[in-house]
Amino acid sequence: MASQDIAVKPSTDALFSGSSRNSRRNMGQFIRWALLFGGGILMIMPIVFMVSTSLKFPFEVYNLNLIPEEPTIENYTYVLEDGRFYRWFVNSLVISIITTASAVFFDALVGYALCKFKFPGRYLVFIAILSTLMIPTEMLVIPWYLMSKSFGWLDTYWGIMFPGVMTAFGTFLMKQFFETVPDDFLEAARIDGLNEFQIWWQVAMPLVRPALAALAIFVFLGNWTAFIWPLIVTNSVEMYTLPVGLSSFGDEVDVAWELIMTGAAISTLPTLVVFLIFQRFIIRGVVMAGLKG
Amino acid sequence: MATLSLRNLVKSYGKVEVLHGINLDVADGEFVVFVGPSGCGKSTTLRMIAGLEEISGGEIHIGERLVNNLEPKERDIAMVFQNYAIYPHMSVRKNIGFGLRTSKLSKEAKDKRIDEVAAILGMTDLLERRPNQLSGGQRQRVAIGRAMVRDPAVFLFDEPLSNLDAQLRTQMRLEIKKLHQRVGNTIIFVTHDQVEAMTMADRIVIMKDGYIQQVGTPLEVYHKPANTFVAQFIGAPSMNMLPGKWVGKGVKLGDGLGIDLPERNASEGADVILGIRPDDLVVTGGNGLFSGTVNIVEPLGADTLVYVGVNGHEVIAKASGRKPPKAGDTVKLTAKAGEMHLFDAKSGEALP
Repeated sequence: MASQDIAVKPSTDALFSGSSRNSRRNMGQFIRWALLFGGGILMIMPIVFMVSTSLKFPFEVYNLNLIPEEPTIENYTYVLEDGRFYRWFVNSLVISIITTASAVFFDALVGYALCKFKFPGRYLVFIAILSTLMIPTEMLVIPWYLMSKSFGWLDTYWGIMFPGVMTAFGTFLMKQFFETVPDDFLEAARIDGLNEFQIWWQVAMPLVRPALAALAIFVFLGNWTAFIWPLIVTNSVEMYTLPVGLSSFGDEVDVAWELIMTGAAISTLPTLVVFLIFQRFIIRGVVMAGLKG
Repeated sequence: MATLSLRNLVKSYGKVEVLHGINLDVADGEFVVFVGPSGCGKSTTLRMIAGLEEISGGEIHIGERLVNNLEPKERDIAMVFQNYAIYPHMSVRKNIGFGLRTSKLSKEAKDKRIDEVAAILGMTDLLERRPNQLSGGQRQRVAIGRAMVRDPAVFLFDEPLSNLDAQLRTQMRLEIKKLHQRVGNTIIFVTHDQVEAMTMADRIVIMKDGYIQQVGTPLEVYHKPANTFVAQFIGAPSMNMLPGKWVGKGVKLGDGLGIDLPERNASEGADVILGIRPDDLVVTGGNGLFSGTVNIVEPLGADTLVYVGVNGHEVIAKASGRKPPKAGDTVKLTAKAGEMHLFDAKSGEALP
């Protein structure tokens, strides 16, 4: 019995070192949670503040309390009864959908060609496309504007959309994803009699569906929230997109923050829905792009 | 079904020539296996036949047609790939029927054809499944089905069994052979596994460094290897190679041991290599050609392989499976003169 007792009893040293290891682990976990919690608060605060402001009367807007003293939904009634809001909503929707469809189509097409076709200068083309990622939008706005003016695209849907119908980031993302598609699939299809476009459309595209979904969401969100370019290229109130339209609430002396926040809160809903539906694709897309990049 | 002819087939990547004038005639309905080590050019040759690689020189004829400048789809061939290349987003039915998309058959005729192929491959119950719901062997069958459905003139198989485990590989080997006996199409099969080549082929094409080393039936290449490469590549374990000189009517090995052989086309004093397959070199209780000490024993059940040190060389011999020698034993080894091979030491060519 005595020997058994000795055998099962842990030594004091081991006990102490185990305990200190546990406490170190707990402390590490606490710090991680604290950092994540802090980050989460930072991320969610603007949204909470947006919703809070949208429920306030104008006199309370500059009072920074999160819970309104006299909550109201009058701002929502006002914004939803204002015909301009619907127009801007439709403008944003049309522009975002068309741009997304176009960017996904062309980015995938170019990404596939750069990945799967061996032609002279293909690395040069790829690097040229990639290098445009380093140019900030603010710098591109001037040539875009001059182009739009020359071609008569100012204050038109096409004028708002044309810079986004194909994206360098999307091309890069799709090229990386097509690298994961084994050539055997494409060669099998070639032997089965498909032409190059059919091979891309019927064989390669279904195999990169997660990337297409991720790209579609990125592009949609980017266009839905775009502000600077639509602000510059549109003149008439009817052509405003939602972010531009919302910023116009108010007059020369006062900005109607409660209405802007209300419009922003409403306009967030479609993106929230899109994100919740497709978030698993986004996460998978980003992870895979990271692995293969 | 069709014949296949390769005439002076050359493949170059820039200035580097990787295939150096391949000539081969494949008869209608023949099962030909290309075998060789990695980089020997067997897959490149197959891909050139398929139209997936450009031809740098020479001609490929399928049937009576010169197909050099034809697209893969116009060559009337079908190919089974190493990783199956079955489309994960399609059901088995759609995968098998994929090759019929461009066909002018009616939908009913296409469905009938898919059902026929599925029945031959024993996959009728799996037609609505997705590839991720299939085992490795079933996926391979889908890939074969997709090739079969178009009833091509020539089937091309690019190492289709490499991804399967040993047991499944043996089973699929048998199934492909049965399938060939049943449908009778011309088949070109590429593998690096000499056992696959021996067991499946009507004729084997052994390649090395972009050259054909020998073309022959499995028994021809086994019993009459054209050179030392073929002799060592075909057969497992490899043929024992013992260097010596041709003196009088036999070989005088490095240690002075003389072995009489029937008349050979060798000049007096020439450096030669004596080749003896482990299967033909038998441990004996009586008089032997060689004697040596057993280093390692590998029991295989029916037989036992013994690694014997003979005057500085290690040779592999066969012993009884029931009473094998032990490591450290001194044994005598014997072989019949007719089962020994002689090669020129410089060129490696067989000396008949």
